[in-house]
Amino acid sequence: MQVPAPFDYVRAATVEEAIDLLARHGPEARLLAGGHSLLPMMKLRLARPDTLIDINSLADLDYVRLEGDEIAIGALTRHSTVKDSALLAEHYRMFAEAESHIADPIVRNWGTVGGSLCQADPAEDLPAVLSALGATVVVRSARGSETIPVRQFHIGPYETRVQGAQILVEARVPVRPGAGSAYYKVERRAGDWGIAGVGAFVVAEGGRITDVGIGITAVGAEHFTCPEAEASLAGQPVSTEALATAAAICRDRCRPSSDQRGPEDYKRHLVGELVRRALVTAAARAEGREG
Amino acid sequence: MTTTDAPRSPAGNPIGFGRMLRKEDARFLRGRGTYVDDVRLPGMLHGAVLRSPHAHARILGVDTSAAEAHPRVRAVVTGKLLQTLNLAWMPTLSGDVQSVLATDKVRFQGQEVAFVVAEDRYSARDALELIEVDYEPLPAVVDALGALDPDAPVIRDDLEGRTDNHIYDWEAGDRAACEDAFSRADVVVTQDILYPRVHPAPMETCGSVAHMDKVTGKLTIWTTTQAPHAHRTLYALVAGLPEHKIQVISPDIGGGFGNKVGIYPGYVCSVVGSILTGAPVKWVEDRSENLMSTSFARDYHMRGQVAATREGKILALRVDVLADHGAFNGVAQPTKFPAGFFHIFTGSYDYPAAHCKVTAVYTNKAPGGVAYACSFRITEAVYLVERMVDCLADELGMDPAELRMKNLLRPEQFPYTTPTGWVYDSGDYPRALQEAMRIAGYDRLRQEQAERRAAARRGETGPLMGIGMAFFTEGVGAGPRKHMDILGLGMADGAELRVHPTGKAQLRLSVQTQGQGHETTFAQIVSHELGIPPEDIEVIHGDTDNTPFGLGTYGSRSTPVSGAATAVAAQRVRAKARIIAAAALECSVDDLEWTLGRWQVKGDPAQGQTIADIAMAAHGSLELPEGVEGHLDASVVYNPPNLTYPFGAYICVVDVDPGTGQVTVRRFIAVDDCGPRINPMVVEGQIHGGLADGVGMALLEVMAFDRDGNHLGGSLMDYLLPTSMECPRWELGETVTPSPHHPIGAKGVGESATVGSPAAVVNAVLDAIGVRHADMPLTPAAVWRAMQGRPLRTDLALE
Amino acid sequence: MQITVNVNGNEASADVEPRLLLVHFLRDVLGLTGTHWGCDTSNCGACTVWVDGLPAKSCTMLAVMASGRRVRTVEDLADGDRLDPLQEGFMQEHGLQCGFCTPGMLMTTRWLLDHQPDPDVETIREAVSGNLCRCTGYENIIRAVRHAAGHRAEEVVS
Repeated sequence: MQVPAPFDYVRAATVEEAIDLLARHGPEARLLAGGHSLLPMMKLRLARPDTLIDINSLADLDYVRLEGDEIAIGALTRHSTVKDSALLAEHYRMFAEAESHIADPIVRNWGTVGGSLCQADPAEDLPAVLSALGATVVVRSARGSETIPVRQFHIGPYETRVQGAQILVEARVPVRPGAGSAYYKVERRAGDWGIAGVGAFVVAEGGRITDVGIGITAVGAEHFTCPEAEASLAGQPVSTEALATAAAICRDRCRPSSDQRGPEDYKRHLVGELVRRALVTAAARAEGREG
Repeated sequence: MTTTDAPRSPAGNPIGFGRMLRKEDARFLRGRGTYVDDVRLPGMLHGAVLRSPHAHARILGVDTSAAEAHPRVRAVVTGKLLQTLNLAWMPTLSGDVQSVLATDKVRFQGQEVAFVVAEDRYSARDALELIEVDYEPLPAVVDALGALDPDAPVIRDDLEGRTDNHIYDWEAGDRAACEDAFSRADVVVTQDILYPRVHPAPMETCGSVAHMDKVTGKLTIWTTTQAPHAHRTLYALVAGLPEHKIQVISPDIGGGFGNKVGIYPGYVCSVVGSILTGAPVKWVEDRSENLMSTSFARDYHMRGQVAATREGKILALRVDVLADHGAFNGVAQPTKFPAGFFHIFTGSYDYPAAHCKVTAVYTNKAPGGVAYACSFRITEAVYLVERMVDCLADELGMDPAELRMKNLLRPEQFPYTTPTGWVYDSGDYPRALQEAMRIAGYDRLRQEQAERRAAARRGETGPLMGIGMAFFTEGVGAGPRKHMDILGLGMADGAELRVHPTGKAQLRLSVQTQGQGHETTFAQIVSHELGIPPEDIEVIHGDTDNTPFGLGTYGSRSTPVSGAATAVAAQRVRAKARIIAAAALECSVDDLEWTLGRWQVKGDPAQGQTIADIAMAAHGSLELPEGVEGHLDASVVYNPPNLTYPFGAYICVVDVDPGTGQVTVRRFIAVDDCGPRINPMVVEGQIHGGLADGVGMALLEVMAFDRDGNHLGGSLMDYLLPTSMECPRWELGETVTPSPHHPIGAKGVGESATVGSPAAVVNAVLDAIGVRHADMPLTPAAVWRAMQGRPLRTDLALE
Repeated sequence: MQITVNVNGNEASADVEPRLLLVHFLRDVLGLTGTHWGCDTSNCGACTVWVDGLPAKSCTMLAVMASGRRVRTVEDLADGDRLDPLQEGFMQEHGLQCGFCTPGMLMTTRWLLDHQPDPDVETIREAVSGNLCRCTGYENIIRAVRHAAGHRAEEVVS
């Protein structure tokens, strides 16, 4: 089996200590949470940090809780916790549905929400979920905390707004009474990265869409979303035509690349298909028409 | 014949055939197996291989100085150094030569270039990065279809006089008879069919621990091999080491599937490393090395043509094959059969004319071709014929089951000589197909499909349902030594049976289990013949110092060959036991009759001797008749008179999501006939595993390349093995048609399911989407593109 | 650096490089070779052990990360001569052939049964979806877990 290049290892007992260690060890230091994105890359020697700062002791960053009109998810919350969270299931089924497609049950015991967001793989599912929901993230540094909308958080593949001696500590998701949501992902095989993944939520009143969010991953959608499609649905009736129109916009605006998961034309088609399904299901759930 | 008849031993095991729990499990369940990477010797060093990033490049220079200066590195081996030992090249199993460590050029991405020996595996890996190789990249031949173009780069310029990438042409059958049949046919269907490059990917990768003991002059190699004796002889021939001073030990093997038949450069390097350092050297490859450089399987580009009457009677089948062998011809198959047993492509049907031509070419990819339970290319042959039959059914608008029933060989036709010269031993094919259809509820399935199609026409959305089938005939148990040898070593295998004074027995085998349960099933064969409880029979295998010579386990040959040797050896022991019993009872041998485990006097059964009594007498002071030696042993080398021919009928039901192209395998029904089943539990397990292979190959697995020869399936993230989620419950049935020439009528079954299943799945998917043909793997993208009428080329990244 | 890991109830201390993977610590430093490895990309699950009571792929964890934690390997399942009921189930139902994936399968399904004593077929299938097997086609592994949960010699459920 392939093995990493040498590095130094330290543990942080608190967030402040983690920030301090990042500052002291410089740009080649990386935070180590679940390690299930970072360590595989290090074993293949595609990543070669000179110091790992183990933050698995930061148990106070492992939570899913309601705080006012937001659900707060700690950065060290494991995928399995998100998948099994009754609170998230009550508000947004999208989370459990996305998680059931992420990696495998063992990996989900260890990978974290923070790790998933900061790894910023263009095919990660949680960024699409959080983008769809218009979530924000909280990033802490020595200067204090900064709240960043998820839709501004990802700069590009594997690059986020977290720079230098900063640590993402939390994601915050607005609660929307009456929202219905869904996540659809097509992969070649269980556990594979998605060919495309789509999450959507809908709030409807009197047969009209009053709030909607679409998240798309693995097809180069900027910030994992498609604002134009969302805008097209504002105030629209919950109709086949309106949802199909939004799906077509997503299909046309995404930028998939041909690879072993599929050629560009298939991926583009898939986006349209999955957006349509996600919107249809989300709307049905919002209107109480689907279990 | 049922296999539940055998009486039970004190430990509850069948004395003979029947369901018996495995002896092997005791250590595996506790994590106490000994696989190659578990072998630890005092002073052991670790090796690592540096591999080429280029598919085709000249080597201008190799600078190992920085690696040699690493404080924990003990040796660095290059092709140049091996040249001084005449080991830079080694013969392959197909009469070609293969580079051990590259000297002039690298010819595939992942090819071995240098070998580091260090004190621990992490340092060995670090040292690889310190080796500088100066490459001059060359254009690569990646598409086999272009390998014979006049302007294609010549890969094997190491071979004198070589001006192209052609390896051989090979033909079988009667071309003229085919032409005649085709000219008279009502219907001719032509179809290009690819069996893409795939890989056995056993869970354990390949490796070796080599220990050249300078004091005793003995070389001991623990290694992942399915053929320990063949390896020993090859090391002797290749390295010039005296064969009696080489001991090859195959410990527990974590899956073989044909991946562990050949000798890989890494093994040779570990031997050289041990010779250079005087210490044991362990080399175990990582998964990317396994996928990128060890023996791949298949890669057959086939053009099939079938001729038939409009009523659906097949008249002839012919096929042209372009075989991609990679950069070296390293296929492991009998010498006289460069395309293996592909000419069994005529299949299970009754028609007079067939012809095939196989053209093999070099490409800038890893060598191999025969692996992954292919039964020497029978996977390719069965896939071809079963796809062609479905294409014909599609052309005729006929139900594929009906078309098969119309053409299947009838039981009264056996033994049956095929148009390409195979003599099928026995079979009742229509009964097997009927049984599969019964278990599946075939008519109800077609009815459900019709209802769904009607609903779709009414505008209702829903998954597309597909039903596919495959009928296969396998030829296993290679083989008669007159016809079948590998590198000149005849494919006869042996068994040595020794019954100890207390009546317990040891059986030494030349075949090598990698999970097939030989420690249990072969004990059951002896038990069947001698009445000794299986728990009192120890099966010994894997160590060339302690076992008889043979060619090992692959091609489902263990039961047909070594199983036969075992039965014959036990029968000889029983016959000798009769003589000794007669001497002990002071009667004539004709006065004795055999009941389970006992020779007793006819009409006076109280007068008798158990095998244990006889064994003690045989080792004791009992006076034996003239010419009869003492002890109770027998040693047999079995030269099989023919292959054996297991067969089966498989039916697969799928649901396809038309919007995404995703395929769900709803059901899989498999009826197998491998003759009498020594241990039905083990047989079913073998079948389950092979059926999963079929789902894997049909829907997931491919080693694809890009135009530059970059390998796109070099990890398990890209080379997708089926998980529990892709597999349905496997529904098994059986028929039992003994082989007339095998001592216990058994036929072998290890590869049957891998042979028969891919076509069943592919036929089902294509049935669902109404497309005549699309190539494996039928990923969601491939299915969707097939539905659009623009099928994907799955083996090359062209888009 | 110095680490102390509780492995199968015993404190194991050693001086290791930070980059030493947990699977190598178990196999090469402690000699517990029951835990296997089969890939480079955290896919195959042959290396599955428990860390602080949760299944983990030990190839994707550093030994230093396990310092101060509890690790459980396959060697801890049997109690002397007595097999764990799950191991018994694997033997009764022929849930293993070459044995290489088996320790990982056992650790994953032991955890499943500890938390869901009577899982149905689909639950078992999903639970082992991170453990690859090339020999069994998963059929008898599922039967083995059902056996350990008290269901013997089941017919195929279509």
